[in-house]
Amino acid sequence: MSTDVKTILFKPIVAENPITLQILGICSALAVTTSLRVTIVMCVALTVVVAFSNLFISMVRSYMPSSIRIIIQMAIIASLVIAVDQFLQAFAYEISKQLSVFVGLIITNCIVMGRAEAFAMKNPPLPSFMDGIGNGLGYSCVLLIVATMRELFGSGSLFGIEILPLVSNGGWYQGNGLMLLAPSAFFLIGFLIWIVRSRRAEQVEKSEFRLAAHTTQEAAH
Amino acid sequence: MSSNKDSVGGTIKVALILCVICSVFISSAAVILKPFQISNKLLDRNKNILIAAGMFDPALNSNAEIGLLFSRFNLQVVDLDSGEVLSAERLAELRIDPATYDERAVFSDPAYSDALSADLDVADLKRRVKYATVYTLEASDGSLETIVLPVSGYGLWGTMYGYLALDGDGNTVNGIGFYDHKETPGLGGEINNPRWKALWPGKQVYDADGDVALSVVKGGGEGVHEVDGLAGASLTSRGVDNMIEFWLGPNGFGPFLNNLSEG
Repeated sequence: MSTDVKTILFKPIVAENPITLQILGICSALAVTTSLRVTIVMCVALTVVVAFSNLFISMVRSYMPSSIRIIIQMAIIASLVIAVDQFLQAFAYEISKQLSVFVGLIITNCIVMGRAEAFAMKNPPLPSFMDGIGNGLGYSCVLLIVATMRELFGSGSLFGIEILPLVSNGGWYQGNGLMLLAPSAFFLIGFLIWIVRSRRAEQVEKSEFRLAAHTTQEAAH
Repeated sequence: MSSNKDSVGGTIKVALILCVICSVFISSAAVILKPFQISNKLLDRNKNILIAAGMFDPALNSNAEIGLLFSRFNLQVVDLDSGEVLSAERLAELRIDPATYDERAVFSDPAYSDALSADLDVADLKRRVKYATVYTLEASDGSLETIVLPVSGYGLWGTMYGYLALDGDGNTVNGIGFYDHKETPGLGGEINNPRWKALWPGKQVYDADGDVALSVVKGGGEGVHEVDGLAGASLTSRGVDNMIEFWLGPNGFGPFLNNLSEG
């Protein structure tokens, strides 16, 4: 049992990472990773939501009428997200202002729904809770790596503390503006996926479609 | 239970129970946390006012000092059309409490705001509140030391909200600060860069004829009415320029500042 829980908890961090393997939850990974402090709060919020939504959904899974299964999952997830949002507004006001709509958008985060459907519906509450924590940690790992790169090279700081003094503040480092825009997160996540998959070849997907060779000579021109 | 859970009755029953549990959960969270949220919001607003007036530096001061620093300010709600400060009776009539009155919350309420016609709407705001809070600070000898005005204007991506602090003469800029904007980080987002904000203090708003002369210009900015624009952020700079023109002009705080200098 204990090794079981361990696998459930740690597998999603690299081996079955929700972002790099399943390519889920990319939207918020682009939006909230410009500064580390905000990213950490987002990671904690998401982890709490996945863990508890998994727990509650697993607890009620045998009472769920299959026709309204998804609606019930959404209602549970949405309630949790609203509660987390209210909590942040009460106790971490400045960060909740920066996260703005993205806390609310955890509702539509594919990881939460994905884990509810794929794991919590088929497993007892405790392993489901652990699976939620594990997936939250997997998500957090990727986000923290991306946020470290973006904040360091974009704003020359980490946690708002200046590391590379910016030209605009009288230093020598010219901030990389691209790092502060959403596309850079795409590139960074792409690189991460590349690194993970070149080390773990089993994660590389089979290509689903290949262009056929030309069948007539004319088409070659 | 599980045998009939897929029947119509069972489905409705489960849905109802779930709705009740979820709504009780959410409403209790909202009710319990409400007082914290309101005090956070006020604290944040007061902090931004202090930052604009140059009395608070997030790097040096702690949030615990906000209450004491802010208590020196005098809150007055001004009728923007006449420029007159609302009396206590008028405030009660309008049900405005200066301590919690939020211009942004009543922005689209026809009882508290008017639509702006396109020729007047230089800052691209669409509407303007009828009443706005002005924060004044008196020196120890009773003369007016600082006036902080809430200002807003459309930048490149969205409306920028901030505070403009003027000296007691209602003409010399004391400081500026933005607490909410959607400008590009690193470019337009530099409106909150302390080095840029440091260009503002000492500039004069009005020329000899009493018109708004203060503007954000490209290059230079040595003149007493000029502030050097942000590099790479022409549209944001223009937005700030429009914002100043609107809020210090006849449709903004112009009448109020006029009354101050006369009275």
